Amino acid sequence: MTETKRVQVEEHILSINDELAAGLRSRLDAAGVFAINLMASPGGGKTSLILRTVEALKDDLRLAAVDGDVVPVDVEKIATQGIQVELINTGGSCHLEAHMLSPALDRIDLDAVDLLIVENVGNLICPASFQLGTHANVVIASIPEGDDKPYKYPTMFRGADVLLLNKIDYLAVQEFDIDYFRRGVEALNEGLTFFPVSCRTGEGLEAWYDWLREQVRKTTAGSAEARELVQGS
Amino acid sequence: MHELGITEQLLDLTLEHAARAQATRVTRLNLVIGELSSVVDESIQFYWEIMAKDSIAAQAELHFERVPGRLCCLACQAEFGFSAFEGQCPQCGGAQVKVVDGDQFRLDSIEIENEVDQ
Repeated sequence: MTETKRVQVEEHILSINDELAAGLRSRLDAAGVFAINLMASPGGGKTSLILRTVEALKDDLRLAAVDGDVVPVDVEKIATQGIQVELINTGGSCHLEAHMLSPALDRIDLDAVDLLIVENVGNLICPASFQLGTHANVVIASIPEGDDKPYKYPTMFRGADVLLLNKIDYLAVQEFDIDYFRRGVEALNEGLTFFPVSCRTGEGLEAWYDWLREQVRKTTAGSAEARELVQGS
Repeated sequence: MHELGITEQLLDLTLEHAARAQATRVTRLNLVIGELSSVVDESIQFYWEIMAKDSIAAQAELHFERVPGRLCCLACQAEFGFSAFEGQCPQCGGAQVKVVDGDQFRLDSIEIENEVDQ
């Protein structure tokens, strides 16, 4: 006899991804790695920011990068800076998911890395929904995209821990109401870390590098403390 | 495209719960999707028909309960729809708001059939 019934599930649809992401977070933490998930529209400046950041920090910190893309163009650019960079071929998918990041982490010696930069697929909608296990969501917006982006893509801006407003050198030639832009972001995400920068001229980037150095310092201190606790017990 | 990844996970989640309940067939999914969670119903339905094809959930009907986005002003507590949001509270001009509804992205329940002894 066939019986029909309703089964309560009440789970977040992406709970499988979220669980995998939590596992990746544990791996990163155990290795003392601070990892960021870098998101922006295509052309927002993700690769430019990575190139600048690597150039500025590679002598002080041990860096690695993972790039979600379909072609290795950006990977090759980043590799010229002499750091390990792994391509995740997304096969045209519009975002990274935790299960895609996992095999890329397998190829990196995480114990020898302080800062891992994960470059997500260029898109302001989808990547925001998929946790990767990284420690901070870093979103880049840029002046040519217009000041209304926080109103059009609230999920992305709401989930950001750090926001970089790139290409501020364009303010000389383009109308852009920074107050209106920031109001849209801060209304739903008060007190997020905000850096107006130009990856072309280098303006404002020192504050961003300092922020990264500080996060790495805290992570390293935290994992040393954790190791002492384990050894001491 | 992002509905493809979502549909994949939705199918896995559905089959996991169906197996636990020893279902022989899944007939319906009740989904609760908020306005702020940017997914397209038709697109999930479309991918579902392809991806669930060889599973016990192939014939399942996907039912979407849509929840409108609602915000609340932290200063005057006024509630208003997400579409009225222009960076500040439409009542008092307050600059800080929070989401009170519309960010759901949940599989609420599934309806299944199973074989039982007489």
